[in-house]
Amino acid sequence: MKFKSLIAAALLLASPVAAQEVKIGIAAEAYPPFASPDASGNWVGWEVDFINAMCAAAEMQCVITPVAWDGIIPSLTSGQIDVIMASMSITEERKQTIDFSDKYYNTPTVIVGAKGVEMAPTAEGLAGKIIGVQASTVHAAYVEQYFAPTAAEIKIYQTQDEANQDLAAGRIDAIQADSIAMDAFLASEAGAACCELKGPVADDPAILGLGVGAGVRKGEDALREKINAAIAKVIADGTYDKITANYFASSIYGG
Amino acid sequence: MNGAGLLVSTLDYLAWSPPGWGATLAVALGKSILIAIGAFGLGLLIGVAGAYGKLYGRPVTRDLLGIYTTIVRAVPELVLILILYFAVTSSLNNLLLAWGFERVQISGFAAGIAVLGVVQGAYATEILRGAILSVPPGQIEAARAMGMPPLMLAWRVTFPQMLAAAIPGLANLWLIATKDTALLAVVGYAELTLVTRQAASTTKAFFTFFMAAGLLYLVISILSTLIFARIEAWARRGQVRRAGT
Repeated sequence: MKFKSLIAAALLLASPVAAQEVKIGIAAEAYPPFASPDASGNWVGWEVDFINAMCAAAEMQCVITPVAWDGIIPSLTSGQIDVIMASMSITEERKQTIDFSDKYYNTPTVIVGAKGVEMAPTAEGLAGKIIGVQASTVHAAYVEQYFAPTAAEIKIYQTQDEANQDLAAGRIDAIQADSIAMDAFLASEAGAACCELKGPVADDPAILGLGVGAGVRKGEDALREKINAAIAKVIADGTYDKITANYFASSIYGG
Repeated sequence: MNGAGLLVSTLDYLAWSPPGWGATLAVALGKSILIAIGAFGLGLLIGVAGAYGKLYGRPVTRDLLGIYTTIVRAVPELVLILILYFAVTSSLNNLLLAWGFERVQISGFAAGIAVLGVVQGAYATEILRGAILSVPPGQIEAARAMGMPPLMLAWRVTFPQMLAAAIPGLANLWLIATKDTALLAVVGYAELTLVTRQAASTTKAFFTFFMAAGLLYLVISILSTLIFARIEAWARRGQVRRAGT
């Protein structure tokens, strides 16, 4: 009897999912210009606008739920959130655990390094350098595969922002990341002062993935189809370009 | 930009309304304190039950409680939080789905109180057990000889006397609770530490925000010490005052 009432109390604390509410998980870290908190704690950025447009197109009631980036897939599979939309690249490795929608943006991967230091975005060009990447990203996997054998050290950061800070502070020589996130960094005061673009790395779709998609739990095909249709609709009716124009000079949909 | 100008411009980030982050930080502080209060309260309940179980329970109860306090005090809170938030939720949902129920979502708030409460309970069990043992056994025997039922015995004899011995330990436990709330940042719950990190990384005013968060934790700590000193003075009323108390 006691046990039953305990369970009932626990279920009261854990609110049941409302029928139409879809929890969109984003990473609880500043990742400008895609998603970052403003001073009143609201999330703003390209991806946030895109999520809102997509939810409107799918006629879904979405709740943006920040979760820790390194726990974002467990959050999805354990049911804390229903969809991941956190600039997550579609890769074979992740597809073994979750399903992905069609891509909604795709940008090249670049190396950014300290100004005036001789380096190139290749294994030889980065030999003996300390490279920083964000944990659990395609970039971490890529660097591990291609640059780890010749680089002096690979430093793994919990957030992209910490890697950027350490590059600006001179603790590392280079970082590998998404070109748009890097454009925003290089446009900032700290980034412009310290660093410059060293060029894009050679593509490897097996690691770098096929663009950024929305992640859903395996087998939830109805939700995935709904998201695919909504992405197509947002692109077709021009909303996508309108949102993009607010943040970027050119389209980020990619080829 | 000179040094003084830089300081003023980063202090502006702490203003109450946007572009200052003051209100956002205050909300996060409130969440941290609520979780600490919930966890401490749950820990006290578990602690009272656990202490009595360990002292007066049957052998099986004692062994189970022994396992509970040993394991919880051995495993880092961070690991326990990750286990409860991800592993336990996942298996609970799989069970619910298998039985044909809807999936539940455990909020960061509920998970935080549950995990920290279970951790606090283990420490509180040991603190309260020691405090109960400090009550002279002759008084408990005398109360039993008078025919006092167990609850009345606890309320009239054990509780009032053990409080004085338990309060310093419980005060420590409360301070730990307020700081352990920072661990919930790992599951993305917007308590003070996570919001501070977000604010710092968005504005790049790292020093300002981490100093502000440190000050807020210090203020909680000082206020708590004052309150617990009053409670301890109340619990020790009627006792001979000794140096250092």
